[in-house]
Amino acid sequence: MRNLFLALYLRDIKLAMRRRIEALLPVVFFVVAVSLFPLGVGPEHDTLRLIAPGVVWVCALLAAMLSVTNLYAGDYADGSLEQMLLSGQSAVVIAAAKSAGHWTLTGLPLVIAAPLFGLLFDMNRESITALTLSLVLGTPILSLLGSVGSALTLGLRSAGVLIILLVLPLSIPALIFGTGAVGAVEGGQSAAGHYSILGALLIFTALTAPPATSAALRISVE
Amino acid sequence: MTRDITMGKKDSASRIRWFTFAAPSRFYSLTGALIPWLWGAAIVLTLWGLYVGFFIAPTDAQQGESYRIIFIHVPAAWMSMVIYLAMAFWAAAGWAFNARMGAMLAHALAPTGALFTFIALWTGAFWGKPAWGTWWVWDARLTSELILLFLYIGYIALTEAIDDVRRSDKAGALLAIVGAVNIPIIYFSVKWWNTLHQGATISATAAPKMASTMLTAMLLMTFAFWAYAFAVVFMRARAIVLERESHADWVRQLTAGKEQYS
Repeated sequence: MRNLFLALYLRDIKLAMRRRIEALLPVVFFVVAVSLFPLGVGPEHDTLRLIAPGVVWVCALLAAMLSVTNLYAGDYADGSLEQMLLSGQSAVVIAAAKSAGHWTLTGLPLVIAAPLFGLLFDMNRESITALTLSLVLGTPILSLLGSVGSALTLGLRSAGVLIILLVLPLSIPALIFGTGAVGAVEGGQSAAGHYSILGALLIFTALTAPPATSAALRISVE
Repeated sequence: MTRDITMGKKDSASRIRWFTFAAPSRFYSLTGALIPWLWGAAIVLTLWGLYVGFFIAPTDAQQGESYRIIFIHVPAAWMSMVIYLAMAFWAAAGWAFNARMGAMLAHALAPTGALFTFIALWTGAFWGKPAWGTWWVWDARLTSELILLFLYIGYIALTEAIDDVRRSDKAGALLAIVGAVNIPIIYFSVKWWNTLHQGATISATAAPKMASTMLTAMLLMTFAFWAYAFAVVFMRARAIVLERESHADWVRQLTAGKEQYS
């Protein structure tokens, strides 16, 4: 089981490394989208500081949803997904490995890019730390939920927009507590409670999303 | 295949009562008989409920006449939540027991649920303007109701986007279950996020804080909405049955009969 997880995970990383520019596109989207907000809202530091956590989180959400569309599409198109499901190996592990790969390729770069935007939006050090920590706990939730949406919409004409419609409502708790952590720190309180709830959401999603994804894959491939 | 058929025979002998109306043909004839009564009940109860609500119930001390939209708003909000659960239940039942009728009922419930959610939001906005001085407040209940509308739209969009009926049923069932599991989590996170709404007016544990005529009107409207929902969902389900079972003999006979008369 562990070998299967590692093999699939490393395979996805290796495949992405062969198309580096393509792998970077979600982060590029994130950077461009976040940069548009000061242009739209105005460059006042007070306003920017106020909207920064929300903007960074919403753009991270959208970047995750846009990139998760192709999570299973490539394997589905060349038939390897069907082989994986027919191989008798646990589809839950396959789903977990694919989600982990997605997080490493898109979630992690977003986490790394987030402090930079904290500086651009004139946030102080504590808030930047809280934002980054909340993204560390929150972006895996997005990859796991996105994986369910991606499996459900496999091979559909309007998969991209559908995933956004299906998954965004489900990711609202992560958004609320992720931005809430930064708000708490800025209000001079401890964000520990927010981290705990985000952690609980992450554990709950990690336990339920891979089985749901595996069921969705079987429905879509059947 | 043959094994399925023999198993089906055995099943129908031992627990026929349970699955009698799971057969689309029986469902079709039963609901065909029920629909006129349901429509009648819906119309009578709506007229009665609106009369009690608009003419008999007393004027509210604080909100004046504008509170009377509660007689549509609250039952619609109740229906929007009940129908989502019913939809998830039937979709799950259809998936788990491979019962065609369950999936068809889930499909038929979704538009009505979305309609009630929309009515609840719309009347809420109309009520919010005189009560709070604004059309929309980002508070827990309004926001969760809006998210519920998104969940309905997501279910309808997904099932409509998949051409293959079996896949569409199962994918919709999975999505409805995932949504039903997430609704409490979403509700409590949104509630935590902001609570500005007035406290719940009716709860199962506490005594209602309203005049009994108001309660009567609200209950009448709730029953009216139930009757309407049953009637319109049965009608939609019957249409889906005819569409999906068009290859079956009883549908052919039915439509052949129609053609002769017309």
